[in-house]
Amino acid sequence: MAESENIVLETAEKIFADLADAQEINHDKTGAWTAPLWQALTDAGLPLAWVSEELGGAGASLADGFAVLGAAGRFALAVPLAETMLAGWLLAQANIASPGGEMTVAPAGPKDRITQNPDGMLSGRARGVPFAKAAKHVAVLAHGVGGISIALVDAAELRIESGLNLGGDHSDTVIFDNVAPKISKPAPAGFDQTTLMLMGGVVRSLQIAGALESMLDISVKYSNERVAFEKKISKFQAVQHNLAKLAGESAAALAAATSAADAIASASAFDDAVFLEAVSAKIRCAEAAEKGGAIAHQVHGAIGFTIEHILHRYSLRALAWRDDFGSESFWAVELGNRIVARGADELWPLVASR
Amino acid sequence: MTAALRFDPIRLPGECEQLRKEVRAFLAEEIAGGTFNPFKPNREDIDVPAFCRRVGERGWIGMTWPKKYGGHERSFLERYVVTEEMRVANAPTRRFFVADRQSGPILLKYAPEHVKMDILPRICRGELCFSIGMSEPNSGSDLFAAKTRATKTDGGYLINGTKIWTSSAHIADYMIAIFRTSQPTKENRRHGLTQFLVKMKQPGINVNPIGQITGQFEFNEVVFTDHFIPDDHVLGEIDGAWKQATSELAYERSGPERFLETYYVLTELVRAVGDKPDTRSAEGIGRLVAQLHTMRRMSVSVAGMLQAGKEPVVEASIVKDIGTVWEQQLPHRVRELAAFVEEDAGNRETLEAQLAFAIKTAPKLTIQGGTTEVLRGIIARGLGLR
Repeated sequence: MAESENIVLETAEKIFADLADAQEINHDKTGAWTAPLWQALTDAGLPLAWVSEELGGAGASLADGFAVLGAAGRFALAVPLAETMLAGWLLAQANIASPGGEMTVAPAGPKDRITQNPDGMLSGRARGVPFAKAAKHVAVLAHGVGGISIALVDAAELRIESGLNLGGDHSDTVIFDNVAPKISKPAPAGFDQTTLMLMGGVVRSLQIAGALESMLDISVKYSNERVAFEKKISKFQAVQHNLAKLAGESAAALAAATSAADAIASASAFDDAVFLEAVSAKIRCAEAAEKGGAIAHQVHGAIGFTIEHILHRYSLRALAWRDDFGSESFWAVELGNRIVARGADELWPLVASR
Repeated sequence: MTAALRFDPIRLPGECEQLRKEVRAFLAEEIAGGTFNPFKPNREDIDVPAFCRRVGERGWIGMTWPKKYGGHERSFLERYVVTEEMRVANAPTRRFFVADRQSGPILLKYAPEHVKMDILPRICRGELCFSIGMSEPNSGSDLFAAKTRATKTDGGYLINGTKIWTSSAHIADYMIAIFRTSQPTKENRRHGLTQFLVKMKQPGINVNPIGQITGQFEFNEVVFTDHFIPDDHVLGEIDGAWKQATSELAYERSGPERFLETYYVLTELVRAVGDKPDTRSAEGIGRLVAQLHTMRRMSVSVAGMLQAGKEPVVEASIVKDIGTVWEQQLPHRVRELAAFVEEDAGNRETLEAQLAFAIKTAPKLTIQGGTTEVLRGIIARGLGLR
């Protein structure tokens, strides 16, 4: 994938650069930046990039959409682009057309469960649903007597308890109290909550990897500007080695996330190999968010701890994104259980198959 | 981006999977025939020349080299598959691996034609063992402090001095070494070193074994006393070895051998915990596998860049930095995760013996072939910090 040939990615990057500059957003206490940004993204067809034209979207490839999400991470984008893309993708699995406007998905964690009653009504509770407060609609994966269904729900029908994640973005509890969906259809065979969590986890992995790329970038720049003890701090070996480690964490996150995205984009089913790729990305990117973010802060010293500096926009979001669609601890247990179930001599063949 | 690190999701092409099957079948045959025991922890002591010749017969040494020199003109990705399968099986590859990985490529680039025609086909047949003469008693990571002299004489050079920590020198047929041919200049302290091909087991070369904390005698002190090297064994530019050293690093530093050296303890841990692990073991294994998978994907990505003719020196250094730190910590993590494993797990003894060896091996992993500190210096330079 040559980046210069990716028109969808170029379009997104231009919009982000023009309307989602971290410095300007950080200074804007009113939130006035969100409306023009969302409008531009909508005009470019990006929120429904993964929805076919027949279902109301732009019909971009999975790979192009993943590339856009990596870029969104590099800008620590704080509008529900990833969530709307994911919701559109989920609805499309059941051939449900996407409405316009912001969307999100529920559940957003592997342990929450929404039930579809025999009369079609939805009940249950989904915690940590990103941007639920901003969403006009919620794409829902529900468990019914007949199996898994996918539903579109008007957000006005839902009780939403407001919450914020570490990065200050909405992460809300959504309560389905016998809610009638606008439309509901059975999920395709083999599609279940794990599938949604894996897709969501890869989306978050790409965003974390993108945020780490930017953390590396601004940390290197800062170390080449800041003078202490009469020289640039980039000339101190201790600082150089810390930044080299940050580069390693950033590289590991990028490699894991892009590999998982590539695996999903070219897979015909969410099999064991895709499972390995997707959960490894979430686990490794979450670890990198912790280790890499800590180094970025260390390099910046006190200025990076201030609300005026942009570093927190990346570092705190990367930490927050760890929790969505299953934490690294959750997935590590799941992966570990699968590995031992396959047996010791099947571990290497699985790793080598990727 | 100032950094612009690339790790594109390169996939091994389809022909690699057939090759992988062939390598696995070959290794299974060798194990069944008693050539080596994949579960024996002290495996590096095993030196099996006949095994090396059989690997050569299969065409798995010098795989990427031109056919006229005995090579097979296959891809770096195919070589990658052979390397990782051999490593995971704990096959006794040491005798040919150094020549395959780095000595051969150096000769290909810098040796005179008749030397290439003489030596490279024998490497490919698995007949030759190479060692690398870099470190000296007062020159380790600081390569350019090397003092061993090469003094011009009639028809060649006389070598005087000592190389140290030289792996496999006691069994090696050749060494590729750097010797001092001139003093460094004020402007360039790296100036004055020249790369040579040294024929071992000759007058003027004494090899003294050095014991290691693992109990092995795998590295050596090599003392040169008026040892003669002919002119046609000079490799590359006189006084310019430093220019030749860096571009090869990407080959040396990014392969699967840079994170798989202690892999066997992870396999045995999975075997020991059985199919009903507690949450702690399951999480620990899950994280280790996720980290392993990620490093392998990074490493394959670098192999893909090499195949495409690039020189991803920084990316390769990152792979070795992360990979060696991981393989160094692995036995300690496995030990923690195995702490509550049933005393009568079938492979308890195997696991403990392997852990003991792996834990003793661990300290060297972040030293050999470029220390963590050297690697981070290279990465820092790539980031524009120095």
